[in-house]
Amino acid sequence: MSQILDAYRGLKLGDRWDGAPQWVRRVGLLLVIAFAFYLPFLNILPFAYIRTDLSSSGSDWASVLFLVVIYMIVAVGLNVVIGLAGLLDLGYVGFYALGAYSVALFGSTSSPVVEALQSRFGLSEEWAVPFAICIPIAILIALMAGVVLGAPTLRLRGDYLAIVTLGFGEIIRITARNLDGVTNGATGITGVPVPPGPEIDGRAFFNTIDAERWYWLALTILLVLIWMAFRLEHSRVGRAWLAIREDEDAAAIMGVAAFKYKLWAFAIGATLGGLAGLLFGSKQQYVEPNAFMVNLSFLFVAMVVIGGSGNVYGVLLGAFLLTYLPERFREFQEWRPFAFGVALVLVMILRPQGLVPSRRRAREFEDRKVDAEEAAADA
Amino acid sequence: MPDESTLDKIDDPTTVAPDTSDHDVLAIDVGPEGETLLEIDHVTLRFGGVVALNDVNFSIKRGEILGLIGPNGAGKTTCFNVMTGVYTPTAGEVRLNGKVISGTKPHKINALGIARTFQNIRLFPEMSALENVMVGCDARHRTSVIGALFRTYRVRPDEADMPSSPIRRSFAKVFGISRHTVEERSGRRKSMELLKFVGIADRAHDLSRNLPYGYQRRLEIARALATEPELLCLDEPAAGFNPAEKEDLMDLIRRIRDLGHTVLVIEHDMKLVLGVTDRIVVLEFGQQIAEGSPKDVARNPKVIAAYLGEPDDAA
Repeated sequence: MSQILDAYRGLKLGDRWDGAPQWVRRVGLLLVIAFAFYLPFLNILPFAYIRTDLSSSGSDWASVLFLVVIYMIVAVGLNVVIGLAGLLDLGYVGFYALGAYSVALFGSTSSPVVEALQSRFGLSEEWAVPFAICIPIAILIALMAGVVLGAPTLRLRGDYLAIVTLGFGEIIRITARNLDGVTNGATGITGVPVPPGPEIDGRAFFNTIDAERWYWLALTILLVLIWMAFRLEHSRVGRAWLAIREDEDAAAIMGVAAFKYKLWAFAIGATLGGLAGLLFGSKQQYVEPNAFMVNLSFLFVAMVVIGGSGNVYGVLLGAFLLTYLPERFREFQEWRPFAFGVALVLVMILRPQGLVPSRRRAREFEDRKVDAEEAAADA
Repeated sequence: MPDESTLDKIDDPTTVAPDTSDHDVLAIDVGPEGETLLEIDHVTLRFGGVVALNDVNFSIKRGEILGLIGPNGAGKTTCFNVMTGVYTPTAGEVRLNGKVISGTKPHKINALGIARTFQNIRLFPEMSALENVMVGCDARHRTSVIGALFRTYRVRPDEADMPSSPIRRSFAKVFGISRHTVEERSGRRKSMELLKFVGIADRAHDLSRNLPYGYQRRLEIARALATEPELLCLDEPAAGFNPAEKEDLMDLIRRIRDLGHTVLVIEHDMKLVLGVTDRIVVLEFGQQIAEGSPKDVARNPKVIAAYLGEPDDAA
């Protein structure tokens, strides 16, 4: 096992990538992106074995890819909160649910909110808020939820914050289930709108059958979000988050408005979670409270931690593995929780900093190990 | 990724010729020398039944180097904590330029013009020396999340902030440069200048945790100076230094004053304190027991007693 790990370390892919000339990096990046867009049609052996629809019981390949990208958006957002600012958020599914529900509540003709608006303003039965306006509404609601949750709780530190956010995730789901008059309760809302587009073969551009179009849409959004996340990470804001994570009190005395930047991290994370939820709800065209159980929050955190908290590439890998593997090996479905648990334990023992850690984070873990060993030696 | 590489492309000041400049760029604009800058006005601080500071009352004049001395546990660091907003005094107030600052949040006090170093070094260990100082520079920057994301706020750059490639240059002439980029570049330049000023520029890109002890102490000073404080508070800057290093430090403190900063220094080493300060305040058990010129204080029997203990025959 350790030999494999050493061989893996010997590759030093990160260093090689950083050392490569800029044009190599640009071309490489373009190739990776092009390949990602081509993935739904992947049919060349032996690569086609990664497809999930090889057996008749398999799930639709493009739909799996779509879900992978949705969870990648979630992971990039949660990485800002956990990886960069160092705030443990265990209720991230709450923002995801808010995104999905906002587009459903305002965009679906069958939602009680739209029906109330119709009768209040005497609009026709077919009227609903257009999809293009649902996007800013969903983003705004998620962002405000992030600020409203963050403003009182970000004064707490560590474990306390984790508990409060855990409660928040559950509050959103239970509210959605019990608020029959607004959210249709456990029945859920059907007819969630899809993005507009030209009709092809008599079907709307974004429909339930051609999942690869959804995948391309989500992938494009993901790429933009990654680019924005990098911009933030390598700016004053990223430095402030890092300083807060390292020593919050010293950072404050050096003029870093710690609370403001923590709140920003929270709000940005919430926005990305909401956006992912919006895409998810729109693709499903159906939203119900049971899709947002608390274990989804744990899955999200696991993606970030297993992948490598603080490193965008790492969390992308984490999101990919934790979404793709269960779908690829569906025939072993009953083993899923067991395999998940074993994998989590193994990663924590062998690579606590994650599979593709941020370099800083890896060193932090080394330090903690040394400290623990010293403490053990002293005892 | 894109931004890291652009940051690297910003002409790296490490390659610039060795330090011969007189660091004029680091000088700060301040009011006239000799005016009262900071007043500690009858400050008392209690933690439950423990009186950490008892009616401490002194002031600092702009442009001076004031020493704050006293035996261990006398309340010197607590005094710093009150000044920088970590604690709010139980009674009395702290005024900077006549404005009450006690009770204000630490980062706002920093913005008003007080910066400090720590007795037990508190750098950001996983950041490079340069990044540590840049965090300090950021305290004077105005770009925030929106500005860093969209970079739509354009400014006309100075010649120094102009890109070197001709195409980018003409582009910048027409559209300006985003304030974010200008602040990153100037912050980086200023940080490098500060590292040279304190004499640790050779290790600018090392993680601060890997720096030798003396370098870490100097880096703390550079980081504090980066926030352009009117008042710089040094908490035992010479702790663990050998005589030659102490000599360098005294010189550094004088040079900091020459830039326009006022310096308040806590120190145990009497030679250093007497050598560099203009005036000294002495604390013992949270009480202020003496104040005056180094000569007077050194001869003050109360101070001698506090440091050496009461002679037996005095009883």
